[in-house]
Amino acid sequence: MIPPAASPPHQRPVVIGPDLRRFWSLTWTLAVTEWKLRFYGSVLGYFWTLARPFLFFGVVYFVFTEFVQLDRNVRHYGVYILFAMVLFQFFGEATGGSVGALVARESLLRKLPFPRMVVPLSVVLVALFNLGMTLLAVIVFAAITGVYPDGSWLELPVIVAILTVFATGIGLLLSALYVRYRDIQPIWDVATQMLFYATPVLYVSDFVPPEYRQPLLANPLATLLTEMRHAVVDDAAPRAWTVIGGVPRLAVPAAIVLGAVALGLWVFTRAAPTIAEDL
Amino acid sequence: MSQTRADTVTAPPPEPAAVEADRLSKTFRLPHQRFSTLKERALHPLERRTFDELRAVDDVSLQVRRGEFFGIVGRNGSGKSTLLKCLAGIYRVDAGHAIVRGRLSPFIELGVGFSPELTARENVLINGIMLGLTRREARRRFDAIIAFAELEDFLDLKLKNYSSGMNVRLAFSTAIQVDADVLLIDEVLAVGDAAFQQKCLEEFERLKAAGRTIVFVTHDMRAVERFCDRAMLLERGRLVAIDEPRRIARAYNELNFGRLQDGRVAGTREGDHLSAEIKDAWFERSDGRRVTTLAQDEPLTLCAEIAFHDDVRDPLIALHLRNEARHTLFATSTDMRGIPTGLYAPGDAVTVRVALENWLAPGRYDLTPTVARADRGYLVLDLREDVASLMVHGELETGGAIDIPHTWRLERG
Repeated sequence: MIPPAASPPHQRPVVIGPDLRRFWSLTWTLAVTEWKLRFYGSVLGYFWTLARPFLFFGVVYFVFTEFVQLDRNVRHYGVYILFAMVLFQFFGEATGGSVGALVARESLLRKLPFPRMVVPLSVVLVALFNLGMTLLAVIVFAAITGVYPDGSWLELPVIVAILTVFATGIGLLLSALYVRYRDIQPIWDVATQMLFYATPVLYVSDFVPPEYRQPLLANPLATLLTEMRHAVVDDAAPRAWTVIGGVPRLAVPAAIVLGAVALGLWVFTRAAPTIAEDL
Repeated sequence: MSQTRADTVTAPPPEPAAVEADRLSKTFRLPHQRFSTLKERALHPLERRTFDELRAVDDVSLQVRRGEFFGIVGRNGSGKSTLLKCLAGIYRVDAGHAIVRGRLSPFIELGVGFSPELTARENVLINGIMLGLTRREARRRFDAIIAFAELEDFLDLKLKNYSSGMNVRLAFSTAIQVDADVLLIDEVLAVGDAAFQQKCLEEFERLKAAGRTIVFVTHDMRAVERFCDRAMLLERGRLVAIDEPRRIARAYNELNFGRLQDGRVAGTREGDHLSAEIKDAWFERSDGRRVTTLAQDEPLTLCAEIAFHDDVRDPLIALHLRNEARHTLFATSTDMRGIPTGLYAPGDAVTVRVALENWLAPGRYDLTPTVARADRGYLVLDLREDVASLMVHGELETGGAIDIPHTWRLERG
């Protein structure tokens, strides 16, 4: 059955493993299972996943339009914050869910030869499923309020892709660190809160005084949401590179995304071989 | 599996081992002070982490041929499970390497990844994929898995409504249907009821007959002698021996039993042992060597050494042999047998030996010697309960407490 010349590789814990199909199949299976389990036992299923962003949106929209009256100068303000909130929630779910993922999957990691990276990636995949589901409802909402899909919406998948890559990098980093340091959980909770207000979700980036725009858009989430506003909500809104002050300056958020991915991969790969015994 | 072809003149090259470990070592670092938060780490930036090192597996090499049933035995903490996890690629080894040729299925724990909220149908597919099947393979084997588990009527029941026995059956059937070339099994036989264990054992025999390679970690020497082609004994992470199962089982019993004797809580002692004292008691083989284990049928001698600190005339010396169930299987004494023992002065000593045929069934036996004054009434001087132990091993377990030599005769009318 096995060619005598080829000696198989030494047995050791793998991060991805030699078999990409198996890696993908495991990640997919784990994600689908997790996703199914969320809907099991709750009658309303899908609607519960929508409830969180839409209820929060309802409160925020009321406060910011009636009290702060932000909507006067922002076209389709409601559609913007809804898209922004859903995208930010995806990022929060993917990274926050990754933190404890390895520990939660302890039995898989300790009892089976299991590619390590499957675990955080499946968390990101679940968050992506949820994003897809909520985006459907958000798009319906957008159409009702007069924002229709057009050609520039093609930027949206790209924005989601970059956001996913960024979230994956952070998720890898957090999940590996959490095995050693258990206070990553509260630290990341606070960090996510701070990030929420440092990102133009409830406001828009061109309302920010000019001197703060560049540091604000160093945050990749801010850059992505600003670009999303132009592409999806209002093509009169400035593009990300206009707000940050020139295309070359986009190198900063880009470097942060790539840096997060590189750091995440590096830390995770270093921690992966001993995860089974450190848990 | 036939490798030889009619046209090959030269001998076929030796088939590579299915499982191979080469000078494998695994050390666990046990930190003295574990910083489990970043805060603690930040508060003690200069403190060096100190470790105790635990050599769980130390320089172990082994080769398991294709189709072989290979046992790994050892006491608790001897490193056998760690070795298995190194072979499976779950732990990273520090030195050496392990190679597995062919599809591997680990039976380290059954039902890993089962979700109680999902149905049996879903769980079987998920678990099958986790164990190495593709989605399509998992679907194709689904019926066979359910049939083996005898759970056809409960397919769409959520697992949380399963009894633990049904759960184990489902998990075992899934794992067995992965149909791997190499199975690494870690004492899964310890789960389930007797009927299920029997089914597991039969399934392992079937796999063995089908030419699968099986590495089997266990405490159960009967299973080792029954199934394994060869076995390995580990002690404190080191390889003690690789040999035929009988010898390994024997070595294991010796090892395990030696420890029992060292660390044992002494049985009760009666008498003031001022005038006479039992210094020692032991078992001997027919060639006069002291033993703690013995094969079934091998003649044995019960021995005791007694020292006297006072004048004692014709003391009574008795020996009792008890089995694990605390039944006295054999007893003898000097007075019952009419053996004169003589007169002893302070400083004298005597060693008694009682040679007997070994009718003992496999198991553990304890020896209780007694010395008593019998000249002026009866007074126990020293009685040391269970002071020496013997392990009798063998494959023939009749269920009887002893195996009396016997003959059969059938006469048809």
